[in-house]
Amino acid sequence: MSEVREHLVYSEEHEWAETVEGQVVRVGITDYAQSQLGDIVFVELPELGASVLAGDSMGSIESVKTVSELYSPVSGKVLKVNGDLIDQPELLNGEPYEGGWIAEVEVEGSVEEALGKLLSATKYQTLIE
Amino acid sequence: MKPEKALIFEMSRPGRVAYSLPECDVPEIDAASVIPSELLRGKPAELPEVYEVDVIRHYTELSRRNFGVDNGFYPLGSCTMKYNPKINEDVARFAGFAKIHPYQPEESIQGALELLYTLQNDLAALTGMDQVTLQPAAGAHGEWTGLMLIRAYHESRGEHRMKVIVPDSSHGTNPASATVAGFETVTIKSNERGMVDLDALRAAVGSDTAALMLTNPSTLGLFEEQIVEIAKIVHDAGGLLYYDGANSNAIMGIARPGDMGFDVVHLNLHKTMSTPHGGGGPGAGPVGVKSKLTPFLPKPIVSRREDGTYYWDTDRPQSIGRVKAFYGNFGILVRAYTYIRTYGPDGLRRVSECAVLNANYMMHRLAPYYEVAYPGVCKHEFVLSGKRLKAYGVRTLDVAKRLLDFGYHPPTIYFPLNVEESIMIEPTETESKDTLDAFIDTMIRIAKEAETDPQLVLNAPYSTVVKRLDETTAARKPVLNCTCG
Amino acid sequence: MIKHRYLPMTEQDETEMLKAVGVNSVEELFVDIPQSVRYEGIMPMSGALNEPALLKHMRQLSDRNADFDRYTSFMGAGIYDHHIPVVINHVISRSEFYTAYTPYQPEISQGELQAIFEFQSYVCELTGMKVANASMYDGATALAEAAALASAATKRKRVVVSRTVHPEAREILLTSARGLGLEVVEVGYVNGITDLAELEAAITDDTAAVLVQTPNFFGCLEDIRPIEKLIHASKGLLVMSVNPLSLGLLESPGELGADVVVGDAQPLGIPASLGGPTCGFFAVSEPLMRRIPGRIVGQTVDSEGKRGFVLTLQAREQHIRREKATSNICSNQALLALCASVYMSTLGKEGIREAALLNLRKSHYASGRVEGSNAFSLSFTAPFFNEFVVKLPAGAEAGSMNAKLLKAGYIGGYDLGVAYPELAGHLLVAVTERRTKEEIEGFFREMEACL
Repeated sequence: MSEVREHLVYSEEHEWAETVEGQVVRVGITDYAQSQLGDIVFVELPELGASVLAGDSMGSIESVKTVSELYSPVSGKVLKVNGDLIDQPELLNGEPYEGGWIAEVEVEGSVEEALGKLLSATKYQTLIE
Repeated sequence: MKPEKALIFEMSRPGRVAYSLPECDVPEIDAASVIPSELLRGKPAELPEVYEVDVIRHYTELSRRNFGVDNGFYPLGSCTMKYNPKINEDVARFAGFAKIHPYQPEESIQGALELLYTLQNDLAALTGMDQVTLQPAAGAHGEWTGLMLIRAYHESRGEHRMKVIVPDSSHGTNPASATVAGFETVTIKSNERGMVDLDALRAAVGSDTAALMLTNPSTLGLFEEQIVEIAKIVHDAGGLLYYDGANSNAIMGIARPGDMGFDVVHLNLHKTMSTPHGGGGPGAGPVGVKSKLTPFLPKPIVSRREDGTYYWDTDRPQSIGRVKAFYGNFGILVRAYTYIRTYGPDGLRRVSECAVLNANYMMHRLAPYYEVAYPGVCKHEFVLSGKRLKAYGVRTLDVAKRLLDFGYHPPTIYFPLNVEESIMIEPTETESKDTLDAFIDTMIRIAKEAETDPQLVLNAPYSTVVKRLDETTAARKPVLNCTCG
Repeated sequence: MIKHRYLPMTEQDETEMLKAVGVNSVEELFVDIPQSVRYEGIMPMSGALNEPALLKHMRQLSDRNADFDRYTSFMGAGIYDHHIPVVINHVISRSEFYTAYTPYQPEISQGELQAIFEFQSYVCELTGMKVANASMYDGATALAEAAALASAATKRKRVVVSRTVHPEAREILLTSARGLGLEVVEVGYVNGITDLAELEAAITDDTAAVLVQTPNFFGCLEDIRPIEKLIHASKGLLVMSVNPLSLGLLESPGELGADVVVGDAQPLGIPASLGGPTCGFFAVSEPLMRRIPGRIVGQTVDSEGKRGFVLTLQAREQHIRREKATSNICSNQALLALCASVYMSTLGKEGIREAALLNLRKSHYASGRVEGSNAFSLSFTAPFFNEFVVKLPAGAEAGSMNAKLLKAGYIGGYDLGVAYPELAGHLLVAVTERRTKEEIEGFFREMEACL
């Protein structure tokens, strides 16, 4: 059974998001997503400083036999990426909600509005069942 | 179990040599006297220093750690692992084929040109097309060539058609080839019988349709019974039909793509025409077209003058250009031509009949143990599902690994993607009933092992030089060469 | 019923098998093919021959070609008549290698996988690059793939290629650029090498790469260092196409700052075979590792910790990425890569240098012969490896010169006028280690006699 964390919000493409502070939102992939992908071997991280649109691809995640797009759950500018994933892509399998975070995005406009468009933990739970 | 095999680099001992080069019968000038020193190598390339016996033993040992058609049954679906005739190999090594230069004067390679010209015509006859180019080096290369031809055709008519339709059961190269030819791919779902869904096709075609790419028989081993209707739908929309010839071994002399309505076709000579796969290549992927596409063929093609001499026809102003250096994989074309001449048209038809009977026989005997994905008659191959064994914790991968212990190359697994736990079997015509029976008995035995002793299957293979390999670490921390230098 | 030595089906087999399937005839297995598309005739193609007759027929076709055993070749231009150590044919004739498919089942394909791993190691060692793949169709298509890689890596759509790159490689580049929507800009040459001033003017901020070949099509060595500075200053990639044998002597592209190195391994023990099959190689710097096209073999361990090899980084490839793939290549030229590996194993550290040096010495002896001639002259003074351009006297035509040379037992040089109109009356002459002093002398005497 995949873990869904109560305090996070989710996209239908199996990304999670949470506010770090102010306009900054941290994003990653869900426990369900990593379990579906299997052993993750490489993450193509978003480009620092790039502008991303909610629902658009901002990178990709490779496992041994598949590749999957990484869609941004929010619109904004990429402020930080998790460089640890370059050498330790397995963090995405082991701790998708912590050490396996992928990027921090500075949201354009209202953060509440941006996150409000995403799914609550309960709704996401229903989606993956 | 065998110990690890040393890399050739690890066998190096300074001072040993395995070469014998011509003597230097001209003045022994210093390289630095004719080449500026900054263009000369600062440190030598650290190639191993071994002697000839090392070389032979090393590669002989490597060969013993490999499995080819000559070692045993190789029912790899969609790959047509038929016997690679030995005469092909002997002939391709004749000096008049192996030791000739592509830029020699035409009058000095008339035998080679005649062979190419005849092969062009033979493949056109086999596929029902009007003209053939022999340049493409492989199936995927042929696909891309064919799609570039389709693009040039539409452009010559002032039409902007940039969408290529592929069924979801297609080879991965189909959409990839479409992308590198500049097209957008539209994937349509197969229907419950594994065939093209006509409604989905009708919905997908339009004024932007460049082509439909189809493998027929499909990767499921099924003949598209509605091919005439499919062709009509695509042609009515102004699109063209592309035939992926990967599965041509099923229908030689029985049905020709040209007669089914296809406009462009590629053949995999390393499948249908028995040229060896070489451990991953070389292959050859000639492309045949209907006359409306001939002006766009890559240049040159081989033509014949009235006086019976042959020449490179480069005067083709509408050509898409060149797709491969020189004239394609000539050494492979020599083998394919030789193969055709061992059979002739009647023999090739018999090849397909035997390939199809072998496949149907295997499918029927295996059906009680592994679910047949699409019941009915199959063509040269069929797809089973291993999902019944999941109840015992055994997956298709495990069945494949267990087959290794019995001296078989496993079938294609996990392709096509639209069948769960798929096992795709293509026996080919060159396998005897005795071989098929022995393999079938082994498959049945493994199914029973999975039920009674799943661990036995899960831990397989037992007899190979290595056990299951860690592919995850290989991809996470890539070691792609030895840094021996 | 047709009996054939490759077909084991007897009448009894057929009867039993049809019975097991539950049909009465083979014909019933084809009921799914509509009558309207059935082929009823006998295909109008070459007929069957028995084994002795086929051997005779093939021998007759073969004998109508002027081969290097009977004719002395001074033709190069991308395909060379080098000595092929006899061990190579013995290795590639092991049918465990040549009758195998791609090594998708690693447990029974360790031999091929290790052979490819060693090939990748050899390519890295020669080129000075960090990563090499399992091979490409040929050097020319590899160059086009390099342009595609550069465009994807830099997100730029323009590539600059020197006219000194092999004309056929440039033709393929143009064909593939049309598919990918790339703009290709060609720059000219001065004294046989790329015109640096023209190159500098052609490089813009949206240039993905500069593509150069060294030794180039004229045999001349390009001055890579200034080219490297120019393209890297605008954050584009340096793509070098090289002759692998020349790297026994010449500085490695890795040391010269190349980002992508391609070339054709034909000089490394692969028969000329009318130009194919040969084997392209493809190497990149580390940052481009995950963008390299084609198959790659990696080292790993098995479940008991033993070293083994697998196909790896497969998420780059077409069978996984499908329409998102940046290359559609599926196969490699495994058997030819094996030729090249055995060649490099045979020559070793000393031999590769010695072979390169022999090429250099013999070709320079030959060029000296041209310089001393009253009839011919050297077209360029740039340094060269084993090939150079000879200017024929006014009025002499390269095509008819080659026809006459053929009658005298020589395969002459490449007629440069075919691909470079401005070089009509110029022959590109290659001199490999196989040519003797006597053959070189004889060749030029005959050329003079042909005038």
